Amino acid sequence: MTTTPVRQSVTVTVNGQEYVREVPTYRTLVDFIRYDLGLTGTKEACSVGVCGACTIELDGRIAASCITLAARADGATITTIEGVADGDNLHPVQEAFINHGGFQCGACTPGQIMAAKALLETNPSPTEPEIKEWMMGNLCRCTGYYQIIESIQAAAEAK
Amino acid sequence: MNDFAFHAPETLDEALGLLAQHGADAKVMAGGTSLTTLLKQSLIAPGHIVSLHRVRECAAIEASDGVIRIGGLATQRDVELSPVVKERAPLLAEAYRRVATVRIRNVATVGGGVAQADPAMDPPPSLLILGASVVAKSARGERVIPIGEVYADYYETTLEPDEIVTELRVPAQPSGAAWTYIKYLPRTEDDYATVSVAAIGRAEGGSVADVRVALGAVAPTAIRASVVEDALVGQPATSDALREASQAVSEIVDPTDDPRGSAWYKRDMSVVFTRRALEQVLGLA
Repeated sequence: MTTTPVRQSVTVTVNGQEYVREVPTYRTLVDFIRYDLGLTGTKEACSVGVCGACTIELDGRIAASCITLAARADGATITTIEGVADGDNLHPVQEAFINHGGFQCGACTPGQIMAAKALLETNPSPTEPEIKEWMMGNLCRCTGYYQIIESIQAAAEAK
Repeated sequence: MNDFAFHAPETLDEALGLLAQHGADAKVMAGGTSLTTLLKQSLIAPGHIVSLHRVRECAAIEASDGVIRIGGLATQRDVELSPVVKERAPLLAEAYRRVATVRIRNVATVGGGVAQADPAMDPPPSLLILGASVVAKSARGERVIPIGEVYADYYETTLEPDEIVTELRVPAQPSGAAWTYIKYLPRTEDDYATVSVAAIGRAEGGSVADVRVALGAVAPTAIRASVVEDALVGQPATSDALREASQAVSEIVDPTDDPRGSAWYKRDMSVVFTRRALEQVLGLA
């Protein structure tokens, strides 16, 4: 382990705003978003790409920010949970999660919302099996899966 | 994670030059989903990462003369959704569709998966029975390697440190043959398989005209079950024959105990799921 980290300049557009930061090459994207940009809505839980808490949109596709290096996102366009609402107007998926109790403790919710939003952008009227298959990578330890599925169905109908 | 120099070449040639320069102290990062995990767990500590995220070559999926050519930098999601792959090798599209979750397939690449060589990954059994080959390029030149000769051991390949997987060549599936990919998941849907079996087969006039079987997650590499194939070709396609032939896989698997099952359980399940796969592709399910 060297004491002086190799640093890398990273320029990203997050939620429509451009940021430039100099970070160690080993900085993960989730740490970069949380600690270098101060956008703490994105969570890290499992740290190995399995649980979905760190889900963000990277150049138009959802990705696991905990197993992505920040250096690889140089020049990328990113959307995090903070960029999902339009000002004070919540996104239909956010509204549906509130109205249908799609969360309990809330730790997994930013990732759930990012994944559900991407699902509806890919497939505006998903069947229940399609919702389950897409969302299987987003774990909820409060066991709120039924309400999450109901929330996504409601958001699809609201569109 | 250890400290490393991060390189983001714009072209494949530039990337190959960096690998020639840094040799075994460099690691190629394509999607990075596996490599970043290895870095975070300090299982590897390279001095240089050569990231291919700016390289715009080697990502197309095309077919010509009965062979599908998949660029090494195509994502696994690209393969899953490709009309070219779905039409010519539906088994392959299904195998890639079963990898992890959409969030991983969006980023993980075909070439990265080949080089990672985790024996529990979904595509290897299908690649083996489809007769895929890997195009590996370095500053020294290019070679084409049958996929079975690429996988060497757990996470070990015969690829050289300065080589990049630029293409996967997969012959189209034989038309008229049935196919299946069984991923046995006793825990969760997004897990690695406890046992996986890919099979292609065709019965004609009650006999086995063609059959190919390979297993994943039950040996240091994915393995082709030639012993089963040889026992069946030309023989009557009966339930008893398939049951008996399936027993032979218990001799060729070499599983380990892990949270997905004990070694003896995986050995037993290898026999069970080989039989089920054979029944499906030979019309006896």
